[in-house]
Amino acid sequence: MIELAAVEKHFAGQVALHPLSLTIKEGEFLTLLGPSGCGKTTILRMIAGFEQPTSGKILLDGQDLTNLPPNRRDLNLVFQHYALFPHMTVEENVAFGLKMKKMPAKQQQERVREAVEMTQLTALTKRYPHQLSGGQQQRVAIARAIANKPRVLLLDEPLGALDLQLRKSLQGELKQLQRSLGITFVYVTHDQEEAMMMSDRIVVMNSGQVEQIGTPREIYAQPATLFSATFVGENNIFSRDGQMFAVRPEKLKVVRGGESGESKRSGELQDVLYLGGVHKLIVQLDNEPMTVSVVLDVDDERTWQIGETVGVDWKPEDEVVIGS
Amino acid sequence: MKKSGLSMLPVLLWLCLFLVVPMLIVVGISFMGRDDLGNVVLDFNLDAYALFFDPLYLGIYWDTIVLSVLTTALCLLLSYPLAYYIANAGPRMQTWGLVLITVPFWINFLIRTYAWVLLLRTQGVVNELLLGMGLISEPLQMLYTKGAVLLGMVYTFIPFMVLPIYVALEQMDKKLLEAANDLGATRWRSFWHITLPQTKSGIMTGSVLVYVSTTGMFVVTDILGGAKSAMISNIIQSQYLGARNWPFGSALSVIFVITSLILIALFNRAMTSRYQKVREVRS
Repeated sequence: MIELAAVEKHFAGQVALHPLSLTIKEGEFLTLLGPSGCGKTTILRMIAGFEQPTSGKILLDGQDLTNLPPNRRDLNLVFQHYALFPHMTVEENVAFGLKMKKMPAKQQQERVREAVEMTQLTALTKRYPHQLSGGQQQRVAIARAIANKPRVLLLDEPLGALDLQLRKSLQGELKQLQRSLGITFVYVTHDQEEAMMMSDRIVVMNSGQVEQIGTPREIYAQPATLFSATFVGENNIFSRDGQMFAVRPEKLKVVRGGESGESKRSGELQDVLYLGGVHKLIVQLDNEPMTVSVVLDVDDERTWQIGETVGVDWKPEDEVVIGS
Repeated sequence: MKKSGLSMLPVLLWLCLFLVVPMLIVVGISFMGRDDLGNVVLDFNLDAYALFFDPLYLGIYWDTIVLSVLTTALCLLLSYPLAYYIANAGPRMQTWGLVLITVPFWINFLIRTYAWVLLLRTQGVVNELLLGMGLISEPLQMLYTKGAVLLGMVYTFIPFMVLPIYVALEQMDKKLLEAANDLGATRWRSFWHITLPQTKSGIMTGSVLVYVSTTGMFVVTDILGGAKSAMISNIIQSQYLGARNWPFGSALSVIFVITSLILIALFNRAMTSRYQKVREVRS
């Protein structure tokens, strides 16, 4: 439905985004994931129309958007810090887009009512943004965008300014909202956990380049690059004959005493972390300047002594070979 | 509360010493009489206020209000685009713009005003130029008109309008304009619905500064307006210094201060939206 065709962006001679081709499907929850400066926000801003691609095209339903200004694109952006209009009430904020479209007043009211209901803001419509909490402001930003019934909703780290608790509950709500609206979400975040939880597909990005595109499961189980392997979830990277491979912490086993001789690696137990439910062990490997993380099974009740020598083992089928 | 009250004390003292006390003295004198030599004598009366209702003074009073309002309006119309341009220019250009706005302050104000005389007088630069181009056949009378006074006032006070508006524009969150644009607003509608309301505070500050300064300015009227275009401030000045009629000068001052306060209050009321009221209650 949205198609990026060899889209490329340079800022002052610097490459911000290498040529990228990507098709976003109707009704999909697509996340652009990566550390800050990786180009994910640039992509979003190009789709919204605030940046012009240096080359390439952006199409919506086959129609070329590339040269249309933001106000003529049938999609809306939820800004990172919401950018609510401070001199307007919640109601006026939500109605703004409709007013700009010169929609009849009656219909505007109806749309506003729907949008505030969906975002649970009905009781707050007469308030001004500064009278709302961060979470409430965030909802207003969403309501203001969805009132326009856009074909696509673009979200730029919409939960970035909120504390963890609120973030978690809003993640669920957003996902729910996306399902009930059935519109396409393009979501930008640097939080890999958030991306895993919410997305249908994730585009993993690093320094202006796409590292991998896939479902959360694919990216977790078969990371295509070293960056993917380490950025999404925790991973242990080993090498053998010049070939790198990754093994997830929960796939590693720790053995001690006599059995340790037969395990693939051995090392000294450096730390034991309690994660609530499970334990994580940090092992400093012998003869290698690296530590590995091992997440133990829930029912593992062995007790550990920091400093003891342990063996680290895994099944060959849990090795994931890393391309580059 | 107690603490903030205490910390306000120096400011209040200052205000009392340099504003309230002199103002009270002026109010006091306005009710007094004067002897033949022009000395103020303790003799409570309303003569000075009665004199104000002379049609001559009423006319000047009205002219002053009209001129000050016009100056404010013209300053606003000219300053907003300028401030907008500077605020949206690149960082280098912004610095230069601001420097250029303040440069006139480095030159003596009297010299700058006399420069206008050189430009506007009958054999002045403007007339010579127009005559030379054949656009007029005889020199225009520009100096010593109300137009010249208005021009001088606008020229003098424009920086007082540009700077507050610039500050307001500069402080505005630019993301708001992107948000408006994203929601379908054209540039013009973003300006009308977002930028203008967001810079109201700058417009208000600038307008009050320009208006109050204009009503108090007598040098510009003296130099560019000649004898016919006296403003209330010229009358007040001449009553204190030339005519030595302090009670009348004081009465005019009191009347004018009250008028200005009423006008500013009305203006504030018209400009303050419900949002700003809510905001004040909370802070």
